[in-house]
Amino acid sequence: MFGLAKKDVTLLLIVAALTMLAPFILNPFPVDSAMAQFNAGYPDLMQRFVIFGIFAIGFNILFGLTGYLSFGHAAFIGVGSYAAMWMFKLFGMNVLPALTLAVVMSGLFALLIGYVSLRRSGIYFSILTLAFAQMSYALAYSVLATDMDGPDEQGLLQKGLTGGETGLQLTLQDPRILGQQTTADGGIPVPNLFGLEMRSATEMVMGDWVFTFSAGYYFSAVVMLIAFYLSIRIFRSPFGMMLRAIKCNNTRMTYTGLNARPYALAAFVISGMYAGLAGGLMASMDPLAGPERMFWTASGEVVLMTILGGVGTLIGPVLGAGVIKYMENIVSKINSDILHSWFAFLPDGLEDLVVTMIYPFVGKGWHLTLGLMFMLVVIFLPGGLVEGGQRVARLFRRKKAKEGKKSTQSTPAE
Amino acid sequence: MGILEVKNVNKRFGGLQALGDVNLSVAENTVHAIIGPNGAGKSTLLNCLIGKLIPDTGSVLFQGQSVLGRKPYEINQMGISRVFQTPEIFGDLTVLENMMIPIFAKRDGVFRMHAFEDTSNEREIVEQAESMLEDLNLQDQRHMHSASMSRGNKRRLEIGMCLAQNPKLLLLDEPTAGMARADTNNTIDLLKQIKDERDITIAIIEHDMHVVFSLAERITVLAQGSPLVEDTPENIKGHPKVREAYLGETA
Repeated sequence: MFGLAKKDVTLLLIVAALTMLAPFILNPFPVDSAMAQFNAGYPDLMQRFVIFGIFAIGFNILFGLTGYLSFGHAAFIGVGSYAAMWMFKLFGMNVLPALTLAVVMSGLFALLIGYVSLRRSGIYFSILTLAFAQMSYALAYSVLATDMDGPDEQGLLQKGLTGGETGLQLTLQDPRILGQQTTADGGIPVPNLFGLEMRSATEMVMGDWVFTFSAGYYFSAVVMLIAFYLSIRIFRSPFGMMLRAIKCNNTRMTYTGLNARPYALAAFVISGMYAGLAGGLMASMDPLAGPERMFWTASGEVVLMTILGGVGTLIGPVLGAGVIKYMENIVSKINSDILHSWFAFLPDGLEDLVVTMIYPFVGKGWHLTLGLMFMLVVIFLPGGLVEGGQRVARLFRRKKAKEGKKSTQSTPAE
Repeated sequence: MGILEVKNVNKRFGGLQALGDVNLSVAENTVHAIIGPNGAGKSTLLNCLIGKLIPDTGSVLFQGQSVLGRKPYEINQMGISRVFQTPEIFGDLTVLENMMIPIFAKRDGVFRMHAFEDTSNEREIVEQAESMLEDLNLQDQRHMHSASMSRGNKRRLEIGMCLAQNPKLLLLDEPTAGMARADTNNTIDLLKQIKDERDITIAIIEHDMHVVFSLAERITVLAQGSPLVEDTPENIKGHPKVREAYLGETA
C-alpha cells in the first residue's frame, strides 16, 4: 500500500491513528482534577508537537542518514516563517500559498548554505552551519529590520523585511491583494484554508472531560503525516541508501564512482525544506514571525529532539519532539504551590524537604530534568527512546517465547 | 601500448623526491605486480593513478585518456576500481546493500536523485548483487551488517564490490596485509579465479612475495621512487639489483 512495505504501512497507520486521536489521548484527566495540568491536549501545544515533529523528521533526513550534524537548522524555520508572513501580508490569508512559498524560499536558502557548508565535514561543517544561522539571526534582528522607506513613510517596509526584535506582524494596511484586507468588523483577517480558520476549534464535553478539536491542529497533523510518509519513502529509496553510505564510508563511496557532495546537498536541501515547512506552519497557526526562532538554541533543540528520540530511526525524531515540547510546556508549569499541594500528606518538615529537593527540577528548572534525561538516554540508550521501546518489546517477546516453550514441553509429559 | 601508461611521472613532497621519472606500462589482461622496499613510492604511485594525488610532471594515460586532474569518482567511472589496504566497505549497511551500491553507481552514474523509488523494487540490481554474492560464497551473510564479518570476508566483499562494476583495471593495495595464512590463500585463489574468468587487468602492490609470485605475470621493482627493473617473475627472483634494493649493498 502507498508503495511501502507492510511494516512501514503499519507504522504510518499507527502514527496516523495517534495524531488523529491526539485530542483524546493527550487529555486523559478530567478538567477539574488535580492532574488536569498534565493534560497536553490543548490546540496550541498539540500544534507545536506536530510542527516540531516535522522539523525533527526533516533534520533526521540529514543527520540520521548522512551523519552531517547541522547546527543551524533554525535558520530555515525563520526563513519559512518570514516567507509565510509576507505571503499573508501581500496576497491573502490562505495557508497553502504561504506554505508553498515557505518551502521554496527555505529550499533556496538551504541550497546556498549547504553549497558552502558541505565543502567541509565533521565539526567544521557544524560550525559553518552555526555561523550561517547566527548571521541569519543577526540579519533578521537588525540589518533587515531597518526602515527601508525612509522615516516619514508608513508603508509596508516601515520595519524592514523582518520587523526586527518585535517580529513581523500583520497590520490593517497590508494590501492582501488576492484576499480581503480587513474583516467585516474591521479586524485583521486570520490564516485560513479556503475559509476554514486555523484558530477555530470545537469543544466536546463528555462528563468531566473536555476535548478540543482545532482546525489548525488537524491541518498541521495532516501535513505532518504527509511529511512522515515522504520521509519513509526517502529512507527506503536507493537515494536513502546512498545517504547512509556517505555516513558509513565516504572513501568507498568516492572510489565506487559516486559523488558524495550532490547527495549530501540534496539531503541538506530536503531537510531545509522540511524546516521551512515547519516555520510556515508556525506562522499559519499564529501569524507572527520573530528572529528568536533562528537563534542557535532553537537549532540545538532539534538536535536534542532527534538524538533523544533515536537518530536515523523513522519515528524517533517525532517522539523526541513530543517529549521535549511536553516538558517545556507542562513540567515548566509546576510551581512550588503545586508541589506543596502534592506532598501535603507528609509531616511539615519532611514536606518542605521533599519540595525543596524536587523544586530545582520543575518549573523554570525543567531544563535540568531534560538535561538529566538526555544524559541517561545517551549513556544507556544510544539508539534513543526508540531503542528503549525495542528493548522492552524484546523483553516481552522473550517472556512469551519462554511461556510458549513451557506449555509445549509440558504437553508430551501428559 | 598498454591499458595503463605512466610516463615520466615526478612527485615531490617538500625535499623528498617520492617519485622520480617513473615509467610504467601495464599490458591489457595481465597481472602486473609493483613491489619494492618500504618508502619506495608504491603507494604514492598508486595514489597518482586514482586521482588522490596529482603528479608534479608527467602523464598517466588509461586506455589512451589522461586521468590527471580528474576526480576519483570520475576515474572510477572510466573503469578503474581500487581495493584498499584495510578493507573499505560500508560497515553499517548489510552485505547485500554493500553489493548493490556499486551496481547502482555503474547504472546511474555519479549522482541520481532516485528518492521516491523503492529499493526493493529494483529487481535487476538485487538479482545482480545476489548472484555476485553467490560467486563469492557470501550469500549466507547477505542480511548481516558488513562490519561484523571476518577480515577475510570483508576483503572478499570489497573485491566483489569492485568487480560488480566490471572494471577494466583493478588496483589492489597490499590486499593481504595483516591477514592470516588461510585468508591470504583464499584471497589468492579468488584473484586467480577472477583473472581466469574475466577480461580484466590487475595491478597489485604487495609486500608478501608468496602472493606476488603466485599471481604476477609481470613485476616492476620500485626503489627510492624510480623503477629499477621490470621483468617476468622468474627473472626477478634472482636479479642482483633487486637483491641489492631489498637487502642493501653488502648483501
